[in-house]
Amino acid sequence: MSAVPGMTPPLLSVRDLVTEVATARGPMRAVDQVSFDLADGEILGLVGESGSGKTVTLRSILRLVAPPARVAGTILWRGRNLVALPERELRAIRGREIAAVFQEPMTALNPVLTIGLQIEENLQAHTMLTARERRRRAIELLDIVGIPAAASRLDGYPHQFSGGMRQRAMIAIAIASNPRLLLADEPTTALDVTIQDQILKLILTLRQQLGMSVIFVTHDLGVVAETCDRVAVMYAGRIIETGSVATVFAGPRHPYTAGLLASVPRTGGERRPLQSIPGTPPPLSQRSGDCAFAPRCAFATDHCRQRQPTLSAVAPDHAAACWHPEALTTAPPRTAAIAPPPRAPSRPTATTPLFEVAGLVKGFPVRRSALARLLGKPQRVVHALNGPHFVLGRGETLGIVGESGCGKSTLAQCLVRLIEADAGTIRYDGIDIRTLRGAARRGFNRRVQMIFQDPYGSLNPRMTVRQILGEALHVHHMRPAAAIPDRITALLDLVRLPADAADRYPHAFSGGQRQRIGIARALAVEPECLIADELVSALDVSVQAQVVNLLLDLQNQLGLSVLFVAHDLRLVRHISHRVAVMYLGEIVEIAPTEALFAAPRHPYTQALLSAVPDIDHSRRTLRIAVRGELPSPLAPPPGCPFHPRCAQAIDRCRRERPALTARGGDRLFACHLAPPQDGAAAAPRP
Amino acid sequence: MLSLRDLLNRMLQIIPTLIMIMAAVFIIVRLLPGDPASAILGDRGSAEDVARINTQLGLDQPIPVQFLYFVDRVLHGDLGTSITLGVPVAQLILERLPVTLLLTAMAALLAVVAAIPLAFLAAIRRGRGVDLTIGAFFQVGLSMPVFYTGIVFLTIFGAGLRWFPIGGYGDGLGEHLYHLFLPALTLAFSLSAVLMRNLRASIIDVLNADYVDFARSKGLAPRLVLLRHVLRNALVSTVTLFGLSVGTLVGGAVITETVFAVPGVGRLMIESIYGRDYPVVQGLAMTLAVVVSLVFLLVDIVQAMLDPRVSR
Repeated sequence: MSAVPGMTPPLLSVRDLVTEVATARGPMRAVDQVSFDLADGEILGLVGESGSGKTVTLRSILRLVAPPARVAGTILWRGRNLVALPERELRAIRGREIAAVFQEPMTALNPVLTIGLQIEENLQAHTMLTARERRRRAIELLDIVGIPAAASRLDGYPHQFSGGMRQRAMIAIAIASNPRLLLADEPTTALDVTIQDQILKLILTLRQQLGMSVIFVTHDLGVVAETCDRVAVMYAGRIIETGSVATVFAGPRHPYTAGLLASVPRTGGERRPLQSIPGTPPPLSQRSGDCAFAPRCAFATDHCRQRQPTLSAVAPDHAAACWHPEALTTAPPRTAAIAPPPRAPSRPTATTPLFEVAGLVKGFPVRRSALARLLGKPQRVVHALNGPHFVLGRGETLGIVGESGCGKSTLAQCLVRLIEADAGTIRYDGIDIRTLRGAARRGFNRRVQMIFQDPYGSLNPRMTVRQILGEALHVHHMRPAAAIPDRITALLDLVRLPADAADRYPHAFSGGQRQRIGIARALAVEPECLIADELVSALDVSVQAQVVNLLLDLQNQLGLSVLFVAHDLRLVRHISHRVAVMYLGEIVEIAPTEALFAAPRHPYTQALLSAVPDIDHSRRTLRIAVRGELPSPLAPPPGCPFHPRCAQAIDRCRRERPALTARGGDRLFACHLAPPQDGAAAAPRP
Repeated sequence: MLSLRDLLNRMLQIIPTLIMIMAAVFIIVRLLPGDPASAILGDRGSAEDVARINTQLGLDQPIPVQFLYFVDRVLHGDLGTSITLGVPVAQLILERLPVTLLLTAMAALLAVVAAIPLAFLAAIRRGRGVDLTIGAFFQVGLSMPVFYTGIVFLTIFGAGLRWFPIGGYGDGLGEHLYHLFLPALTLAFSLSAVLMRNLRASIIDVLNADYVDFARSKGLAPRLVLLRHVLRNALVSTVTLFGLSVGTLVGGAVITETVFAVPGVGRLMIESIYGRDYPVVQGLAMTLAVVVSLVFLLVDIVQAMLDPRVSR
């Protein structure tokens, strides 16, 4: 199926694509002089950080950009220029020859129409099938994309489907008329890794079966490594490097690509610190005739700051838009010199316990209707925490990972008593904090600080940074009033923000800078322990590395203990001493980081690890890491919570809940299947 | 979709609302200065006469006791007798309520019929001449008081052009509709302004929604995208607003009925408040509360039909 580029005319040929979108401040060039080819049967990965123009490029192909936007250039699709094609003729291509799948299946499916109708309207637009045949075909399509009991789901609405099932349904709609090209815009970004794994494999399988080509827009280089044939890296609206995935990933020639690859956390290999790219991408509205990356580039010369490089070949089938494409191959990247990477997390010397958590239980009652209460219907409860226990040592970083709904955020909030647990004990420095009141509770609240996920929502937009930090200092009477301005300057310096940031409002900062303000706020009261809930998950990868490295530095400097709650295993690996894996409100495995990643013991941990996309992996195998979806926390399965999805489950797993038990060294896991002998072998003793 | 169970649930929720309204109205009319006897007798009544009449009416009892009597009668289907007119309240309301209901229904219908297409036109051509003209026109509707709009319409279409009668109600349904057209138009003017602006905003929102782009990516014709994917989603929030506006509409009806001399409950309400005719005021308030609650229920049903996520 795959064609050799240059031998046959490409299926799609984009030349000098320019898309200007309307903004409040006038037109903005979101896509600038983009050119690429796509061969029949090929998967092209379009990667970049937010605002790089990758999504607009994809949408421009079908002219799906909002009306005031202007698309120029040529997009040759099987001999026809889509840019100039009359709307009516383009409509015959949309959905029929070129179909699209969007990022967020919840918002891309119409909430008020049945899934069946949304599939059938595609068929109605492009085929002569009768209503009955359309319905039959819709069932067939849902079946193909792996939706169980397809016929009964046809009349369901999107909100009745889980995230993964919605994405499957969207794929079913897209492939309804057997398109030649699938445009996939971040189709797995909103999904958990095990579900992402299933969807990626579905797309790969379908492309094989239907002989489709795919353009895959993503910010995740791991996904590109495992699914794409070729890659085009975008920055500030332009393609800055392109080539086969193997070539580009092995020897990037553009400093941005190199920096991006270095800032991606990995699941394997040496646990070296993440590299970050200093600064943030430039606003597209202020582009001039220079290399857009020059301000962040360690190799930039005056030439780069004056003239814009164009994409030119650096090797066969490998092109980069850089004035100094040789720089990377001759000199070591100087990014390291600009942002010195912090030391890799080492085992803390003293391991006296700081937090001791045992048997924590938390349930959230589901609201009942008036009638249900009148009829005495039983109260249903979402079981968020089902008795996890663990210890966080002084100076230690413990990573808590799990997919959405596993209870990791509830756990974090219970620890600082933002939520009160129903049962169980939480000891902090030997004291049971669940009964603390008054001054003692305030004292505890000062010693343990939480940093929140959302850099936009957790800072009051009507307060300046000075007021935000001052408030924290004031509440806990940390400093005499006269000393507060100096302390604020010192705090900003600590998180590497300029002193003049103090008098600006949160909206004046980028996402990464806002997270720094959040960290500064937490540090203002000189805590001993930080609880970071998805600290960097809203940030782009190059910025994510900056914030993570800052956190590591601060930890070394101030001797903080950190509970790092995250869904990204790769990230957790880079910063944690130990990692706890949660599933349905329980910890199923907890172990020192190296041991856990080298030899995961719980089947769920194994599944998670094999599902995580990694840039060191080559082509993804089609074996599904874990089948099915997370059971409802309203009715957790009896026995082992993972047994319905576990390939190795035995009868005992269905009846008896395995306890989290120590199996050699610091390693604990909860599984009936563990052969005792290699339990000791896999865990290196400290 | 709203199931029978959901429907029952919603109806159960109306009951506490009605009890609260009953109590509030009962207390508020009694807090007004003056009493029925003084209102009937005027300046001539001696203190003894006033006291005698009030005793006859049972108004010398403590308010909680009066309330219990009132609740007891209401539960037996008796709204009492009008103090000033000597007619059962239920009969009064039955005579007048259909007029007001017809007026508000007509107004609501006119408002919706005007708002939907204009909102679409304005949303699709947003920022251009058509949008600005529609916006300016409805700005007038929003800022002019109802009674003034009524007088303007009356002057132009009634007295001036003589297209419509200047007041009254007429006989027979056709005559009724003819007589009520101007008052309904008056009421509809401000309502359609509110609805149009809201619907225009939500259509613009929906046009930017991912699912509309996704629908377009399937190659659907623009008309189909608008009707199937945009309209229904845009209507969801507007229906809520419409329901909430019905209460205002009833308030507006009181004024409009006065301007156009329409014999509805509006005028009855004003007259009985002046006359401190407690039973009529209470009965009317209760009835209107029931009507508004039923409209809310209807809105919920419509909303559940439009948006499957609503049920529960």
